[in-house]
Amino acid sequence: MAEAVAFYIFAALILSFAVAVITAKSAVHSVLFLVADFLCVAGLYVMMQAQFLAVIQVMVYAGGIVVLYLFVVMLVNLKKPAEAYVHPRRLGRLGLVMSLAVFAELAAIATYGWLKPAGVGGALEAKNIEQVGRALYTDYLVPFEVASVLLLVAMVGAIVLAKREL
Amino acid sequence: MITQTHYLVLSAALFMLGIVGVLTRRNIIIIFMSMELMLNAVNINLIAFSQQLGNVVGQVFAVFVICVAAAEAAVGLGIILAFYRNKETVNIDEMNLMRW
Repeated sequence: MAEAVAFYIFAALILSFAVAVITAKSAVHSVLFLVADFLCVAGLYVMMQAQFLAVIQVMVYAGGIVVLYLFVVMLVNLKKPAEAYVHPRRLGRLGLVMSLAVFAELAAIATYGWLKPAGVGGALEAKNIEQVGRALYTDYLVPFEVASVLLLVAMVGAIVLAKREL
Repeated sequence: MITQTHYLVLSAALFMLGIVGVLTRRNIIIIFMSMELMLNAVNINLIAFSQQLGNVVGQVFAVFVICVAAAEAAVGLGIILAFYRNKETVNIDEMNLMRW
């Protein structure tokens, strides 16, 4: 019961903050709603017994990436709003297609869940960080190293792109 | 009782909100934020399956998704800054340098 209450509260918060992110007039407000959204998603991760992911989410997303966004929004401080002209009927047909896609997706999930009730797999053990670390450093060692190289490349690339002259 | 279906529906809804943001907004920074929302939806999906199957591999993939998202944000925002320095705009309707 408590799980259900927590889930519905988190889900409502996540979806309403997401709507706020994509509808806010000012980009700064969007970034702030994005922080709140990420924190709620971290709460959901804790509910799903992924405590390590929750900590990573708070530290990397809410602490790092969002600060990057905030810096760029502040640097790109526009006098005039970026969205001066939007044709009202421009994306109507596309919106119809997308909403049909949502409907089909939800229907597929619902019928799948109805036809095959979720069997219970082996429960996750309590030592979440130990398990994730063991998987990262044994079975997924090569992807892990590739990811570190990717981050290095991204860092160098970002510096090269953002610097005025080298 | 919260089943996996609940998480999947939440994830689908969050993903679609991200797509709506990408399609309807003209400010490229907000489009990037909508992409972050979509990546979060993917992570929720991965972790829901990880929990249901009792397998920690889904969480490992979520770590990789977060890593790629960080790299994408850094490079993308660098590109936005470089573009803004040249053209003084973040409106994607005016970003047509590579249009033939």
